[in-house]
Amino acid sequence: MPAVSKGDGMRGLAVFISDIRNCKSKEAEIKRINKELANIRSKFKGDKALDGYSKKKYVCKLLFIFLLGHDIDFGHMEAVNLLSSNRYTEKQIGYLFISVLVNSNSELIRLINNAIKNDLASRNPTFMGLALHCIANVGSREMAEAFAGEIPKILVAGDTMDSVKQSAALCLLRLYRTSPDLVPMGDWTSRVVHLLNDQHLGVVTAATSLITTLAQKNPEEFKTSVSLAVSRLSRIVTSASTDLQDYTYYFVPAPWLSVKLLRLLQCYPPPDPAVRGRLTECLETILNKAQEPPKSKKVQHSNAKNAVLFEAISLIIHHDSEPNLLVRACNQLGQFLQHRETNLRYLALESMCTLASSEFSHEAVKTHIETVINALKTERDVSVRQRAVDLLYAMCDRSNAQQIVAEMLNYLETADYSIREEIVLKVAILAEKYAVDYTWYVDTILNLIRIAGDYVSEEVWYRVIQIVINRDDVQGYAAKTVFEALQAPACHENLVKVGGYILGEFGNLIAGDPRSSPLIQFNLLHSKFHLCSVPTRALLLSTYIKFVNLFPEIKTTIQDVLRSDSQLKNADVELQQRAVEYLRLSTIASTDILATVLEEMPPFPERESSILAKLKKKKGPGTVTDLEEIKKERSSDMNGSAEPTSVNASAVSTPSPSADLLGLGAAPLTNSAPPPSSSGSLLVDVFSDSASAVAPLAPGSDDNFEKKYNNFQFCSRRMFIFYGNKTSTQFLNFTPTFLCLNLQTKPVDPTVDGGAQVQQVVNIECVSDFMEAPILNIQFRYGGTFQNLSVKLPITLNKFFQPTEMSSQDFFQRWKQLSNPKQEVQNIFKAKHPMDAEITKAKIIGFGSALLEEVDPNPANFVGAGIIHTKTTQIGCLLRLEPNLQAQMYRLTLRTSKEAVSQRLCELLSEQF
Amino acid sequence: MINAILVFNNHGKPRLVRFYQHLAEEVQQQIIRETFHLVLKRDDHICNFLECGSLFGGSDYKLIYRHYATLYFVFCVDSSESELGILDLIQVFVETLDKCFENVCELDLIFHMDKVHHILQEVVIGGMVLETNMNEIVAQVEAQSKLEKAEGGLSAAPSRAVSAVKNINLPEIPRNINIGDINIKVPNLSQFM
Repeated sequence: MPAVSKGDGMRGLAVFISDIRNCKSKEAEIKRINKELANIRSKFKGDKALDGYSKKKYVCKLLFIFLLGHDIDFGHMEAVNLLSSNRYTEKQIGYLFISVLVNSNSELIRLINNAIKNDLASRNPTFMGLALHCIANVGSREMAEAFAGEIPKILVAGDTMDSVKQSAALCLLRLYRTSPDLVPMGDWTSRVVHLLNDQHLGVVTAATSLITTLAQKNPEEFKTSVSLAVSRLSRIVTSASTDLQDYTYYFVPAPWLSVKLLRLLQCYPPPDPAVRGRLTECLETILNKAQEPPKSKKVQHSNAKNAVLFEAISLIIHHDSEPNLLVRACNQLGQFLQHRETNLRYLALESMCTLASSEFSHEAVKTHIETVINALKTERDVSVRQRAVDLLYAMCDRSNAQQIVAEMLNYLETADYSIREEIVLKVAILAEKYAVDYTWYVDTILNLIRIAGDYVSEEVWYRVIQIVINRDDVQGYAAKTVFEALQAPACHENLVKVGGYILGEFGNLIAGDPRSSPLIQFNLLHSKFHLCSVPTRALLLSTYIKFVNLFPEIKTTIQDVLRSDSQLKNADVELQQRAVEYLRLSTIASTDILATVLEEMPPFPERESSILAKLKKKKGPGTVTDLEEIKKERSSDMNGSAEPTSVNASAVSTPSPSADLLGLGAAPLTNSAPPPSSSGSLLVDVFSDSASAVAPLAPGSDDNFEKKYNNFQFCSRRMFIFYGNKTSTQFLNFTPTFLCLNLQTKPVDPTVDGGAQVQQVVNIECVSDFMEAPILNIQFRYGGTFQNLSVKLPITLNKFFQPTEMSSQDFFQRWKQLSNPKQEVQNIFKAKHPMDAEITKAKIIGFGSALLEEVDPNPANFVGAGIIHTKTTQIGCLLRLEPNLQAQMYRLTLRTSKEAVSQRLCELLSEQF
Repeated sequence: MINAILVFNNHGKPRLVRFYQHLAEEVQQQIIRETFHLVLKRDDHICNFLECGSLFGGSDYKLIYRHYATLYFVFCVDSSESELGILDLIQVFVETLDKCFENVCELDLIFHMDKVHHILQEVVIGGMVLETNMNEIVAQVEAQSKLEKAEGGLSAAPSRAVSAVKNINLPEIPRNINIGDINIKVPNLSQFM
C-alpha cells in the first residue's frame, strides 16, 4: 500500500485542478496558477532533495498548467535530472516533459542527448523505447548529429526487439525529415528494404513509412522495395480475414499497412511486367471486394475497407496506364458519389478530380456531371460543396463548359463567402479557356461582376478588357452590353470600371443608336462618378478625355465637368492632376494630336492569363500577392496611375509634339523610355509582371499549364539583350551562347549588318540557388577573323527575390526558427558609401527584399524579408543590417533556410553599402 | 505526417495537446482556438474532414476529427495520410483509452494526463503512426503499469485522486465519454481481431 502522504500529495494535484476549474474569472485562474508556479519553483529550488514521486507530481502540475495555455519557463533541469534516474516512472515522466515542452533549440539538448545515449546503450528495451520516442518527438538537428549514425544500426540489428525496431524506424524517419543531410544512405538501406518481409506487421508498417519518405528523395536506392511491397500487399489482400489475427481490423486485413504499401508504390512508375501483373491482380481484388456485401454494419468496417480502396484508386490514377482499371475506378467513385456517408462522397469527389485529368477516364468522369451539379445544390457541408466545385472545374471541357459555367454562376448566388473568390476565378478561367463565342465570355464576366462584384479581383476585370481590346468581333457587343448593364440603378464599382474603360475605347460603336448617344453615354457614366473610389474616378476621367476624341460634339460638356472645382481642386493629387492635364490637353491640342494621343489602345501582347496564377496562389500559402508587384510596376510606369492606362502608349514613345504637350505636367513619363521592342507592353502591361510568357490567349486544354505557369511566375525572369554593331562591317556567324541556368532563347540571325542592332529575348528560369552569374559567350566573324567575347550576365540570385511583408512577431518567430549556426551568415564591413538611412532603405528594397518597418527594436537598424524562388524550392530569407555611424561600419546578418543562399546573399548585399 | 493531435471538450477546453512540429506557445494556443471554432460550428452528421486553410501555414493540411459526447478528437494531418485511415486511428486511440481506463471519461483525461500521453506515445510518435493493433498497444501500456507498480504502487494514487475529485462537486462533468453507437464495450471484440 502506498504511504498516506503520497495519497495526500495526489490529492494536492486533484485539489489544484478543481480549484482551477472552479475559478470564476480568468484573473482568478491566473492568480491561482501563479501561486502554484511559485510553490513548485520554491520546491525545485529548495535544499531538500525531492523524491521521485513529488517530482512526478510537480511535473504533472506543470503539464496541466501548460495545457491551459501558460508558458512554462522552468522545470526543464529537473526533468533532465529525471532522465538519469534508474526508476522507470521517473525516467518516463522526465521524457514526457521534454517531449512536450522542450523546443529543439534548447541548450539543454546536450544534457538530454547524454541521457538518451545512456538509455540507448542500456540494452533495456523499455528504456530504449523511451529514448527513441523522445528523439522522434523532439527531432532536433543536434539529436540528428548525435544519433543519425546509431539508429540505423539499432534498426537493422538482428537482436533488436520488434517494438524497438518500430520506434527506431520512425525515429530515423523524423531525423531524416528535419536534417536529411545528416542521414546518409549506406549499407543499412538494403536491410531496411528487407524489413518489408518482417514477420511482425507493426515493424513492416513502420518500415514502410520510413521507406516511402526515403524513396521520394532517393528512388534508386530503394527501388527494390517495389517488388517486395507488391508481394507483401498481395499476401495481405488475398489472406482470409483471420490470417493476420490482431492486425485484422473489423474484418479487414491490415488496412493500415495496405494503405502505406499503396502509398509507397505511388513513389514509383508502374513496375516491370512480371511484378505489374501481380499488382494489377491486387488492385482488381481490392476493387472486387468493394462490391461484396459488407461483413459488418459497423462504420469502422466500411472505413477500413474504403481507406484501402481509395488508396488503390489513387495508385491506379497515379500509374495512369491501365484503361481498364481507370474506368473501373471511375465507376466505383461514381457509386460513392451517391453514397449516404458524407465522408465517402467527399473523398469520391476529391479522387475524381485527379481522375478527370487522365485521358483514359476524362470521358467517364464527365458522365457524372449531373450528380456533381446536384451535389453542389444539395450538400449540407461546405467542404463537400467545395470539392464539387473543384471537380466541375476539373471535368470541364469545350463540350460542357457552357453548362458548368452556368451552374457555377447559379451556385455563386448562394455560395459560402469563404469560397466565392475561388469560384469567381474558376468561372473566369473556364469562360476564357473554352469560349468559342466571345459574346458568351463577355456576358459571363459581366454576370460574374453582377453576382459577386466584391469577389472579382482586378485580374478578372483586367482580363476581360484585354480580350475585348484584342478581338475586333466582340467590341461592339461588349460596348452595348456594358452600356445596358450600367443602366441598373445600383451597379458594382467593378462594373463601372469595365464599363468606363470599354465605352472609352469603343463607345463610338454604339453611338449611332439614339438610345446610347454620346451624351447619354457620358451622363450615364458620370452619374456613377460620385459613388466611386478614387482609382475608379481616375479611370473615368481618362474615359472622359477619350470621349473628347471620340465625340467632339460633347467636348464642351466634358470640359465643363473637368473644369469644375470638384475636379480641378480635388483634394486627391492624382485626380487633380488628371483633371488639369486633360483639360489642358483638350483645350490646346489640335484634333490630329488628340487623335494620336487618344487613339484606340493597341492590341495587348498575347500572353497567359494571370488569373490562373491568382487561383493557384489563393490555394497556396499566404505569400505576397503579385498584385503588389503589378501595382509597383505600374506606378513606376505611368505617373502613379492605378488603373490600366487609357492614354495611348504612343503618346509617350513617339518623340513628337504630343510628347511636349504631355510635358506640361507629366515630365516623368518621358524618362521611362523602355527598350523599343517593349515600349507598348511596358506601359500598358498591367496584367502581369515582366515574367509573362508568350502563349495563346486561350491556353487550350493543357492541364499542366497552370502548375507550370504558377511556378514560372516567380522563378523566371526575362531579359532583353541588344547586340549593336558599331562598325561598318558585317558580323558573320554571329552566335551567342549561354552557359548555365535554364535559359530559353530564340536564335539570333547569324549576320549582323554594320551599324545595325539585333535584339534577343531570353527567358530565364532559376532551377536552384546559384553562386556564379551566368556567362554569355559571343562568337562572330569580323572581317575574316573569329572574335570571342565572354560577358557575365547581370543575373544574380537576388533577382529571384520576392518581398514578403510580415509582422514583427512573425519576423522574430521565423528568425528564431532559423537559428541553426549554418543558416546564419554575418558580415561586418566598412561603409563604402555615405551612410544615409533613406538610401539604405531604397537599396534593400531594390535588392528585392521587403523592408520591414518597426520590426527591429532599434529604429536605426534595417530589417528585411523575402523568398527566393527557384524551380524546385522556395527559400525564406531574413536579413538585418545594423549601421554603426561612429565607426562607419555595418553589420549584416542573413538567415535563410539554406546555408549557401545565406552566404551568397550576404556577399551580394554587402557590396551595396 | 500528423502535425498535431488536439483533444478538447465541447467548451473548447483543451484536454490533450500534442504538436509534432515546433511552434511557439502562442501559435499553439491560437491553433487550438481556431480549430475549436472551425469544428464546433459543424453538425455531427456532416463530413469528418475539413481544410484548415492557413492554420498551419500551408494549404496541404486537413483536420480530421471525431466527436465523442463531450470531447472532440482532432488530428491535423498533411496530404501523405489517408483520411479514412486517420479516422480509424482516432477510433483505435479512443478504444484503447477506453480499455485502459475502463469506461474512459473526460475526468480520466484530466487527472491522468501523463498516462494519456504515454498511451498516445504507443500509437503515434514524431507525427508517424507507430502501432495500430490495439492488443499490442494495450499490452505495452499494461507492461508500463506493471513496472510502475513494481516501483512503489504510485499508479494507485491517481485513481484515488479521481475518486477524491468525483466527491468534490463537479456537476457539469459527465462521467463517461459515451462512445454512442460505436459501442466500444463489446465483450467479444477481441475475437474479431
